[in-house]
Amino acid sequence: MAESENPELQRLADREYAYGFVTDIEADSIPPGLSEDVVRLISAKKNEPEWLLDFRLKALKRFFEMLANGEEPTWAKLEFPPIDYQDMIYYSSPKRSKTITSLDEVDPELLDTYEKLGITLNEQKRLQGIAVDAVFDSVSVATTYKEELERQGIIFCAFSEAVERCPDIVREYLGSVVPYSDNLYATLNSAVFSDGSFAYIPKGVRCPMELSTYFRINAANTGQFERTLVVAEEGAYVSYLEGCTAPQRDEHQLHAAVVELVAVGDDTEIKYSTVQNWYPGDKDGKGGIYNFVTKRGACRGRRSKISWTQVETGSAITWKYPSCLLIGDESVGEFYSVAMTNNRQQADTGTKMIHIGQDTKSTIVSKGISAGHGEQSYRGLVRIGPKAHRARNYSQCDSLLLGDRCGAHTFPYLEVKNSSATVEHEATTSKIGDDQLFYCRQRGISEEDAISMIVNGFCKEVLRELPMEFAVEAQNLLGISLEGAVG
Amino acid sequence: MLKIEDLHARAGGADILKGIDLTVRPGEVHAIMGPNGSGKSTVANVLAGRPSVEVTSGSVEFEGRDLLALSPEERAHAGIFLAFQYPVEIPGIANNYFLKAALNAQRTARGEDELDAFDFLEIIREKMKLVEMDEKFMSRSVNEGFSGGEKKRNEILQMAVLEPKLAILDETDSGLDIDALRTVASGVNALRSPDRSMIVITHYQRLLDYIVPDFVHVLAHGSIVRSGGKDLALELEEKGYGWIESESTVAKPGVPA
Repeated sequence: MAESENPELQRLADREYAYGFVTDIEADSIPPGLSEDVVRLISAKKNEPEWLLDFRLKALKRFFEMLANGEEPTWAKLEFPPIDYQDMIYYSSPKRSKTITSLDEVDPELLDTYEKLGITLNEQKRLQGIAVDAVFDSVSVATTYKEELERQGIIFCAFSEAVERCPDIVREYLGSVVPYSDNLYATLNSAVFSDGSFAYIPKGVRCPMELSTYFRINAANTGQFERTLVVAEEGAYVSYLEGCTAPQRDEHQLHAAVVELVAVGDDTEIKYSTVQNWYPGDKDGKGGIYNFVTKRGACRGRRSKISWTQVETGSAITWKYPSCLLIGDESVGEFYSVAMTNNRQQADTGTKMIHIGQDTKSTIVSKGISAGHGEQSYRGLVRIGPKAHRARNYSQCDSLLLGDRCGAHTFPYLEVKNSSATVEHEATTSKIGDDQLFYCRQRGISEEDAISMIVNGFCKEVLRELPMEFAVEAQNLLGISLEGAVG
Repeated sequence: MLKIEDLHARAGGADILKGIDLTVRPGEVHAIMGPNGSGKSTVANVLAGRPSVEVTSGSVEFEGRDLLALSPEERAHAGIFLAFQYPVEIPGIANNYFLKAALNAQRTARGEDELDAFDFLEIIREKMKLVEMDEKFMSRSVNEGFSGGEKKRNEILQMAVLEPKLAILDETDSGLDIDALRTVASGVNALRSPDRSMIVITHYQRLLDYIVPDFVHVLAHGSIVRSGGKDLALELEEKGYGWIESESTVAKPGVPA
């Protein structure tokens, strides 16, 4: 059973039984397993319209076909035991979420991390599912937030809410960037997605604040198959922050999210930043989360732009390639990434920039940091189509190795079918040398600070693309993730 | 200030230092000379606390404290500075950021207030004149793309900013042309003071024309075989290390034949 993989939560759950907090748990639980019935149940629970149920069922059928045909992707440089898709619970009623009554019951190490990251007490409570005080809380902030946004015609809400509020928009764009049959995990997501975020920015509107999932009240335990859709019309701008710097444990091991961004019209710009710190597993790599995500943006309008910025420090296994389809002429795609692997983490991550229109431009800056026994691969594709005249790409992949038991690998793919294209690729691999560390220490800087400084210097170009509030937390996060990295 | 007694040390799997005795008082400048492989840099590394060097026996006392019990950064806080023979490059970290972090780390350890960017800028501008360094170097990454001479000047600049009590200059003259040598030497000389001691490690006598030592020690085969005043360096230059080698097989000063 998936639950037993996380004994800590199991302990907490058992404690709750003792206190009698769980009431109608029997009514709302479903046994593990995946079938058409499960998908129908999920859809029914959410009161979804027919067309959405159809979408799910088509995806489910395709998923089973893919499994039967052995279409599970194995080309990534990742090692993990085969996933038993029948051994997972695909629906978890919100009521069933394991709530804790006080911070005393939370792993002190977790609290220590929250403090180091500068996460406020109320935020800590929210993250642990504890009822938050009425004085200051995310709900009231979100309310003020929502009003201001609504005045400008911006819709920012949970995906399930969007299906009710603006079904036409959802229907038009869902699956338009990541088709339901795109890859095994996206297909699974399309069948059983739980919830996610939705944002719609109307024509000419510049979203006045960063849309952040911090403020999106999310029912606990529905992060397993998140589905996010962001649609921005002509001339609109939005900066979206996803993720959390606090380590999020979850008894579900597989996280297969799908994020679709659509820059609909001319001059549209979408900026999407992620800080991911899912539970990475223990020092031996046991129990961590598999983060298999499909993220893609379509730059449909002329001069439209989509930037992906990510800091990945968690998960036992990270498998994601945020990509851009550069369809409109002069459209721009950007990818800035810092991926850190420590202990026994593995990451195979990168991007795909598909140049279709004319005079398109893409920039890739990927920084990988490996420590401990971490293994990391950058896998990038730059594809320049036959009609993509004067396309330009600049790629830079740098790896930093800490210690000598970790690995960093680069797999750049360049497919150029237009002779007027300019493609530049640079890659460096370096190690934090003992000499560098000693030099810093001899000047009075502690080893920890020295590593932190060197790593931050290494990641500078990427970190400065993050919205400020995230950047500071991300820097702290890198520091914490590196603890014990140089043994 | 510094008292080294019967120091034995290993590095790279071999015994390098085989009994070093040295006393340095405040304000003194000691030169250590010797042929390749004599262990000169090892002395510097032991004092700075490089992890790859293992002290097998002996003691080092710095201002009454057991120096060998302190970590490299603690030794820096106590006032020890090593001007490296081969300064490393640290890409991604600007010189000024690095130096400010170092200075503040040391100030904090001593219970002093940290300096803000403005105060620091004033200090650095003043010190840069000592080594004739251009301001544009400060925004570049530590030693990245620096020439040999620039790297050595950067070491002296850092020394000027950090104001150590004991400065160890490990072959600061290696790889320098005459002009660079003069600039580095004048920077070092400007930092001489009654409260500050220096250990100047060098191969050649030439540096000692500019940085005139109070004492000269000759290191051979892991121990100090001869000590004297600044004239010893001139004698060495004239007669070569071979002379010392033959003398040392006869008798070590203070040891009965």
